[in-house]
Amino acid sequence: MTDAVILAYDPEVPRQIAFFLIAAVMVFSAFRVVTTKNVVHAALYLVLVLAGVAAQFILLGAEFVGVTQVLVYIGAVIVLFLFGIMLTRAELGDDESVATERRGMAALTGVLLFGVMTYAVVDVFDDQTIDRTEASTTGQIGDAIFKEYIIPFEAVSVLLLAALIGAIVIARKD
Amino acid sequence: MSLVLAELPYWQSTGIKLVGALVAILLPAGTLVYVYLFKMMSFMQSRLGPNEAGPFGSLQLLAEVGKFLQKEDIVPARADRYVFFAAPFVVLVSTFLLVIVLPFGPDAWFIDIDTGIYFALAVSSVSVIGILMAGWASANKYSLLGGLRAAGQLIAYELPMVLAVMGVVVQAGTLNLQEIVLAQANGEIFGFGGIGNPYILTQFLGFSIFLIAIQAELTQPPFDMPVAESELVTGYMTEYSGLRFLLFFIGEFATAGVFAALAATLFLGGWYIPGLDADSNLFNVLGPIVLFAKMMLVTFLIFWFRFTYPRFREDQLQELAWKYLIPLSLVNIVVTGVLKVVF
Repeated sequence: MTDAVILAYDPEVPRQIAFFLIAAVMVFSAFRVVTTKNVVHAALYLVLVLAGVAAQFILLGAEFVGVTQVLVYIGAVIVLFLFGIMLTRAELGDDESVATERRGMAALTGVLLFGVMTYAVVDVFDDQTIDRTEASTTGQIGDAIFKEYIIPFEAVSVLLLAALIGAIVIARKD
Repeated sequence: MSLVLAELPYWQSTGIKLVGALVAILLPAGTLVYVYLFKMMSFMQSRLGPNEAGPFGSLQLLAEVGKFLQKEDIVPARADRYVFFAAPFVVLVSTFLLVIVLPFGPDAWFIDIDTGIYFALAVSSVSVIGILMAGWASANKYSLLGGLRAAGQLIAYELPMVLAVMGVVVQAGTLNLQEIVLAQANGEIFGFGGIGNPYILTQFLGFSIFLIAIQAELTQPPFDMPVAESELVTGYMTEYSGLRFLLFFIGEFATAGVFAALAATLFLGGWYIPGLDADSNLFNVLGPIVLFAKMMLVTFLIFWFRFTYPRFREDQLQELAWKYLIPLSLVNIVVTGVLKVVF
């Protein structure tokens, strides 16, 4: 009886279930992104993958990062993807002109990238665990960015500004 | 609410919250349609409006819902069925995610998260994907044009909306909506704390920009290029009929209500009214009513503009966002930041 009660209130159980459910949806969607013949469908499957990433971040207690993922990737990047696709090639149904000849190379690249990233994560973090009971992380992130990492932050800002101006110069015709 | 809910098992408290969220979505949406779309619009256009069903036409809403439910569910032959079916739900999900961060009282909230307003701004941008899906999957040129116009407009006006909120965030020193309400309730104006410090006084520019931006986000006139009836036949909604159209319709008005409640929370003091202690338990009951009243005040402005102004041209619309609203909101952030350091 007591065992059952403890099991029912162990927060790790629903977390694990949620993790694997979301992960399954993500893996399936990621696979469909590269196998579907319809470009708009590919972009919409990518939405599912990115939403899954956001959900996993929130599950790990990184609320701010998860919300940023939604705002930047789903709210801006994917919308611009869809916007571009629909302006140029918005045909419904399968598009046979979608390239398939470099599939082997792409799969190899994907597997190698997966290997490198897995090695890096396992090598650096090994068996460290995240403290998910900590209440607030937003303030800490703000402090870290504007105190410890202020120079890299400013450098990235200037880089983005340069990219922005470069894009305007390239797109402009006068 | 949280105090009561903390005693309950997870699934029970989640069930209650789900019902609460449904009420918080449907009640404002219905009220807005009846009071403003039926009654105020009729008054402003010198006509009677619906007055047959029930006293003062108050049952017209139910009649409309019944009408939509009876209609045939038509899907265009060349439409992309799954995307077509999913689109209205994507828009509704965005509205539901918006409403759950709103605080209704000191203990009355669905979720109390640290990133509050940031979360709200992030999930509000998800609805653009639903609109693009609807426009593309309808297999209709006008729908696609409407969807593209909507996307261009929503991207442009999301920036001034986010930037206008930053002024409030800088002044309150937090992203948490509950703490923003408390900061206004406990604020002082030059040492006088009688009415708190609703941020509309110090952030009037931010409030104006936010109102204009949400008007554009809702694709309501004068920003209704994406759904212009006369040229695009209601844009991305053209091919939707019956229940699916109803979902878009509810989504539009529910989002108007939620955005207005968000504006009321950020700029008008949220669930707090002066004269009572902000920690008082009374606010758990009174708070939702106060927030509802403030929401009606903000939506009155939104619908007043809607019924008054003619439509913007596409280039004027983009010009207003990029050349005026965004620079103005950036200036607002700088001035707020400087004043925050000085005082």
